[in-house]
Parts: sequence; C-alpha cells; structure tokens
Amino acid sequence: MLEISGNKGLVAFASLFALTAGCGGGEAGSGAAGGDQAAAGVVVEHPVDAATAGSVSGTVAFSGDVPTPAAIDMSDEPSCQEETGGTAVSESVLVGSEGGLANVFVYVKEGLDSSLEFPTGDPVVLDQKGCTYLPHVVGLSMGQQLTVRNSDEVLHNINATPTENRGFNRSQPQVGMEFETSFPTPEVMIPIRCDVHGWMDAYVGVTPHPYHAVSDANGVFAMDRLPPGDYLLEAWHELYGTTTQSVTVEQGGTTSVTFEFNEAMAGQPVPMGPVLVVDHTTGTMHRTIPRL
Amino acid sequence: MGTRALVMAAYLLLPLPLAAQETDNENPAGKVVYDRWCAGCHGTDGRGEGPGALTMLPRPRDFTRALYQVRTTGSGELPTDDDIMHVINVGMPGTAMPGWEDLLSSQEREDLVTYLKSMSRFFNSSPPPAQLEFSNAPRVSDDRIAEGAEIYEQVECSKCHGRSGRADGPSAPTQKDDSDLPIYPANLTQNWRFNGGGTVEDIYRVLRTGLDGTPMPTFSDLIDAGVITDDQLWNLAHYVRSLSPEESPRIREVITAANVGDGEGGLPTSPTDERWETVDKFYIPLVGQIVVKPRWFNPRVQNLWVQALHDSADVAMLVSWSDPSRSPNEEWAPFAQQIVEAMGPKDEGSTWAPGAPDQLVVQFPLTLPTGMERPYFLQGDARRPAYLWSWRSDHDRAVEMVARGLGTGQEQPASSQQVSAEAAWADGEWRVLFRRSLATPDSTSDLQMPRATVVPVAFQAWDGNNGEAGNQAAVSTWYFLALEEPVPVTVLITPLAAFLLTAVLGLVVVTRAQRREKEIPGRN
Ligand code: HEC
Ligand code: HEC
Repeated sequence: MLEISGNKGLVAFASLFALTAGCGGGEAGSGAAGGDQAAAGVVVEHPVDAATAGSVSGTVAFSGDVPTPAAIDMSDEPSCQEETGGTAVSESVLVGSEGGLANVFVYVKEGLDSSLEFPTGDPVVLDQKGCTYLPHVVGLSMGQQLTVRNSDEVLHNINATPTENRGFNRSQPQVGMEFETSFPTPEVMIPIRCDVHGWMDAYVGVTPHPYHAVSDANGVFAMDRLPPGDYLLEAWHELYGTTTQSVTVEQGGTTSVTFEFNEAMAGQPVPMGPVLVVDHTTGTMHRTIPRL
Repeated sequence: MGTRALVMAAYLLLPLPLAAQETDNENPAGKVVYDRWCAGCHGTDGRGEGPGALTMLPRPRDFTRALYQVRTTGSGELPTDDDIMHVINVGMPGTAMPGWEDLLSSQEREDLVTYLKSMSRFFNSSPPPAQLEFSNAPRVSDDRIAEGAEIYEQVECSKCHGRSGRADGPSAPTQKDDSDLPIYPANLTQNWRFNGGGTVEDIYRVLRTGLDGTPMPTFSDLIDAGVITDDQLWNLAHYVRSLSPEESPRIREVITAANVGDGEGGLPTSPTDERWETVDKFYIPLVGQIVVKPRWFNPRVQNLWVQALHDSADVAMLVSWSDPSRSPNEEWAPFAQQIVEAMGPKDEGSTWAPGAPDQLVVQFPLTLPTGMERPYFLQGDARRPAYLWSWRSDHDRAVEMVARGLGTGQEQPASSQQVSAEAAWADGEWRVLFRRSLATPDSTSDLQMPRATVVPVAFQAWDGNNGEAGNQAAVSTWYFLALEEPVPVTVLITPLAAFLLTAVLGLVVVTRAQRREKEIPGRN
C-alpha cells in the first residue's frame, strides 16, 4: 500500500490544511526591460572630449568606532590559509589609518546626458586568490566583460544572484580556470558568493556609463572625463547602505567631494538591485544598453 | 495510495477561495488553472508567498525571477517550455512541489507554462534559450564507478556533500539559497529525493546545468576547460547514482527480527558489527509532527532504517539514519538558528536552544494490545500509555520511559532501567543499537515481549542541529516488530488488517486537527 518517496507529500499535505483565505495582493514582475545582449565586437569612441571634460576626486570618510574586522578561519583550506598568512579578516568594513572607508562603490546617479553612448571598456578581472575575491567590489559598465578567474588550487563556485540581470552559479575546481561574463542591465549591486567558502563574497555594480569607482584602502576614489555639469553621486557600502552628494564639474577642473559614513548607519536596509540613472534635462533614464 | 495521491485528494477536498473564477478575456486560461491549483503555495502574484508557503523549506518558487532548477539549459539561462512542462508533470521530489500530470489535462498544463512565463519579464526580453547538448549514458561498470569516485574527490563535491554523500561536508553548515534561507546539500544516498529526478541521466543533467537559485553549481565548465571529459562526467554521475539503492526503498509494515538462536556469537553487541550487513533492513519514512503544538514542518530526519534480531532471551534493534552532524555542534548552531527563524512564523513556539541533542525514541505500547487497540501514535494518551526507549546524543545512553501523550515521558527509576544503547556516528550517519531482554522483572512498567509475538512499534527522531527539540520532531506511524521463531509466524495476519485501519484513522485525526487549525480566525 503506502509507497512513499520521501515525505514531501505529507509536508505538502500538512501545509494545504494551513491554507486560509485572503492572500495578500502585489503586482507581478517589475515590467522593466532588460536582458538585451550587447552586440559584441563593435568599437565605440568615447563621446566626451577629454579636453573639455572635468573630473571628480573624492574620499569616503568613516566616523565613529571602527568595528574590528572578524577573523576568518581558513584552517579547512590549508593552501588559502598559507596564501593569506593565516591573518585573513572579513572585508565587510575596512577603514584605513586616515579614517577612509574602503570598498565603497561610487557612481553618477543623476545629471548625465542620457543620449551619450560609451564604449563598454576593457575587461575587468575578478580573481579568487587565498579564498578571497580580488577585488572585493567591482564596478562595470553594462556589457563590459568580467573575467572570473581561479588562482587557487581549491574548488570555488561563483554564485551570482542579481535581480535585474540573469544570475549564474558556475564552478572552478582547478587553478587557472577562467570564464567570461557580462551584465546587460544596470544594477547596483549584484552579490557574488562562493558557497564552498561561506566567508567569500564580492559585489559588482553595473552602471549604464563608465562613471563609477571603488574607494581604495584609504577611502580614495576618482572619476575622469566627465562632461561639465551638475551631478548627483551615490556611494554604496555593503553594511552602511547608501548616501549621496551633489557635485559641479567644470571644464578642466577637478571637483573634490567627501562622503561620510558612520557607525550608526549599520543595520539600515542596504539597497540592492535596479538602478535608474536620471538625466535632468530630458527627464529620461539610462536604462538599456547603448546601441554599439 | 501514493503520498502524492494523498496530496491531490487533500487538495481536491479543499474549498479554495479562488476556485470559483471563470475564464474571460482578462483571465487567460492559465491564470484560472494557476489560481485554483498553484496559488495556494506560489501565491496569486507568483512570488512564492502563498498562504501555505511558510511551512515549506525550500519555499515555493518565486516565478517573477524566472529561476528554474530543472532545466536542459546552461546555468543562468531560462528553461525551455519543455523543461517547465516536465517539472509541472512530475513535480520536484524531496520538496513540497507535487506533480500534476494525472490531475490536469495537457491543455491546462500548457496554459500553465504560458502563464508562468508571463510572470517574468525575462521571458519577453531574452532570446529563446538554447538547450545544452547531452550525450547518451554509457553503460555502468565497476571501473566507471571507481573513476567517478575519484573525480568526486578531485572536484571536491565532498566539500558540500561530504565524503559519504550524506550532506556532511565542511561547507554544509553555511549553505543558503537565493532567498538567503538555509539549505542542505542533497543527501546523495537518497536519489529518490533528488529535486530533478534520481536516474543517472537526471544526475548527469544536473551536473551540466546546476540547480539555479541554490549553491549547487554547474560543472559544464570542467568539460569546456578540459579538466575532465564528458565521458568522465558520466562516470561521476554513475558514481553518484551508485550511492543510492538500486531501487527506491519500499515500505514494509512488519519488521522481522530473526531468531539467531544460541548460534555462534549470539546477538551483535555493537552498532558497527559487520554481521548487521547481512540482516534485512526495513525502511521507515518519517514526517514532521504537525498535530500537537508547537508543530514541525521541516523535519531533517526523513527516514530510518531498522534491523532487528533476537535470541529468545534478548532483542537487539539497530536503527540507522542520515544526519550530517552530531548534535550539539557549535559550528551548526547558526544554521539551526536560521532554520528556527525560517520556520518560526508557523511553528508556534520553538523550544530549541543551542546545545540541543539528536534524539531517537523507539515507541511501543505499554501492554501488548488485544485486537486493534493501540496507543495514540504520538506517545499514547491517558487511557493507553506508550512505553519508550529514549536515546539522546548528549547523554549517549537510552532510558525507558512511560508516556501518556507527546512529551510527557517519565523516566523509570534507575533501578528498573533495562534497555541499553550503544551509538556510533560516522560520515553523516547515526547507528544506534538498542538491546533489552524480552521479558523484564518490571512487568507493569515495561512492555513484555513473549516469543513469537508481533509487537507494535513506532519511531520519533530529532536533529538538534536542525532546530529540533521538544514536540518538534520527525515521527512515524505504527509498524510491527515480529519476533520470529524458526517456524513462520501466522499471527501476522490480524495485525496487518489492524494496521490498515489505523493508518486510515491516523489520517483522519491529522486531517481533523488541521481543519480545526484552519478555522481559527486570523491565522494563516
Ligand atoms: C504544496 C505546495 C505547492 C503547490 C500546490 C505547487 N507548488 Fe510548485 N513548487 C513548490 C515548491 C516548494 C517549489 C520549490 C522547490 C525547490 O525550490 O526545491 C516549487 C517549484 C515549482 C517550479 C520550479 C521548477 C524548477 O525547475 O525549479 C515550478 C515550475 C512550479 N513549482 C510550478 C507549479 C505549478 C504550475 C503549480 C500548480 C499546478 C504548482 N507549482 C503548485 C510548491 C508547490
Ligand atoms: C557549494 C556546494 C556544492 C557543491 C560543491 C556541490 N554541490 Fe551538489 N548540491 C548542493 C546543494 C545545496 C544541493 C541541493 C539543492 C536543492 O536542494 O535544491 C545539491 C544537489 C545535488 C544533487 C541533487 C540534484 C537534484 O536534482 O536535487 C546532486 C546529484 C549533486 N548535488 C551532486 C553533486 C556533485 C556530483 C558535485 C561535485 C561535482 C556537487 N554536487 C557539488 C551543493 C553543492
């Protein structure tokens, strides 16, 4: 009689009786466009004349008690332990000696002419070395190639979980393995993690233009070749969320800007996912991949 | 009746609030079918948040994200229409997702495919997915399995699945799915619970595609990079297949304990004694305890194997089951905590705390029943108490108890403890050997087991590292333990009829309890 293949039936059975009327509403799908593939191999000139452009030079400052980064136990992976000298720590909050916050993704969120078409830029490498993603935060333009490499002698899986783009989960059990990928839709940010090594995570920010940067160990970042104008910059951090700054870029000038993060910002929701880059003059958005 | 048939029966009986809709222009045909049959779990909006969703791990799929596990396409690619149709037809073993082939017409299922696709923008904006090219399965051989075993280690499947495949790898405690909910690597010794099917072709396909939305990656890159050949991937698939029994285990209601007489060596005294290899194994599926509050919808111990022997004086019962960790274990405490939180909204009061042990209860009636009268299957009640052998991993011993309802077990005084237990945990498996004399001096507080009888027996199991404690356990229905004599026992026939009856009665009880539950306003 009873021929049970596992208990899934009964769990389902149980839960069916827990059903009640009145399920909540909500809309299906975000309806946004996306998923277009970049036509590869076409060269686009940078649309901004370097001579008339300006730049932004910035710092990300951190105030308050600096959390002590948690030590990572790599004893299960001797080769990674060796590579990192056994002193690996969590990269979620790294503050430099001058109080600068590292691994903050900064990008132009408003103010850029949406009719501009940019080259997708050179390939960027995301390496796995010492059971650590290098770099921890990556900025990409949509369609730009990301090369994912394993420099370790151990198995890593690369599990990307975007919402605007398609995710993937691939494996690299051997040193030297590489694959290439790209994201056609702007998204800030896309988490990437390795499920073999629970501590390994990275974030990829994808913007419809090349005006993005990641703060270095001292919290310093820079953006070049911006058309003169007023911009809203947003800075994103994996624990402290986002904050914005307005800047005016002048021809041939370098505008300084400082973002402030503080310990009290921890624990707020960290925005993830779709990003709308707004052009104030036309009210349009950089949403889809530029024609190449 | 199969379990899935039961699910269907239950579903059919339910007056679903959404059932009354008619097809019209605004409601595509697929929506009507969907709202009737799928929305209870997947939600009317397809986000996987139907009223029943919180009782399930993994949760019902969110169709707006277009992440499908069972595909013939590469990782990150959309499924083909046939892929979606296939999973609707056969369901996903090992999860709450039932198959619908027998219940819905092919037109209805096709409409569903169209409707599910309409829930995600990805299907509009992407080119039709390309199917991967799959080669045909080579014939299995010992050499292939042996090579597959090497690849399994070389590629480090064991990091997640463990050396023995019982989901006990070092990375197992940190696995999460795309909704950030805890997930276990599949137990590779139980292919009948693989989400995408348990044949060697299914396994090969999963290795090529990965299970998107879970930590299980694709291994197609290995072939492209020349790390292994396609043929070697088949060897790996054959090896994985070989970890499970050739045929899915069948349930037999009567566990026979052969009489070893006073032959050589007597009864085995250790759970790892080689002689157990030759003793018949009985498969006992367990389900979450969902009758008494707090209920438990996410039992980790899905099934047990029971072996028994006696020698006319003593009975020896070996119970073994997959458990990826020996509880308590600090490394698993955060995982258990996440499980408790994930199940929290529906479990009405977990009593789990770090340090919770693994437990096993072997349950008998306190006195041998006459006719069909057996105690309530959850540790009896006031009228018909249950007699228990209760083992826990932290004390590493078993005690005799008498219970009058779930969790009411009273330990017998030390002077009248007669059961002994020896336990061994290795490679993701517990083996607990119970022994007791058939007749004991405590004739009123211990079940007496006269020779040539058939004794009702049931089981309950807890995995402390899965957030289980108190009433939150996995439970079985009643089985029978037949203490065989050299002459075949004919006594078996009546108890079998009794079993059939109680199985049905048990179901009615569960159903009633759930109905009552349903009627409490404000709960969902
Ligand atoms: C009893 C609850 C339940 C019902 C009813 C149910 N599902 Fe599911 N379904 C699930 C769960 C749970 C999952 C996710 C399993 C997993 O992620 O491992 C799932 C997953 C799926 C998937 C994903 C398959 C894949 O390859 O990943 C599809 C498609 C699906 N269900 C379709 C349906 C359709 C169509 C119906 C109605 C005819 C339906 N389901 C009814 C619980 C249910
Ligand atoms: C990073 C951890 C990880 C690694 C490495 C890994 N798996 Fe898995 N695997 C999982 C998880 C988690 C699941 C369960 C997914 C689910 O329940 O939906 C799974 C599921 C499976 C299944 C069941 C498929 C199904 O249809 O449900 C098989 C078979 C399997 N893995 C084989 C392998 C083999 C062989 C390897 C090595 C080549 C491997 N896995 C490597 C995590 C992993």
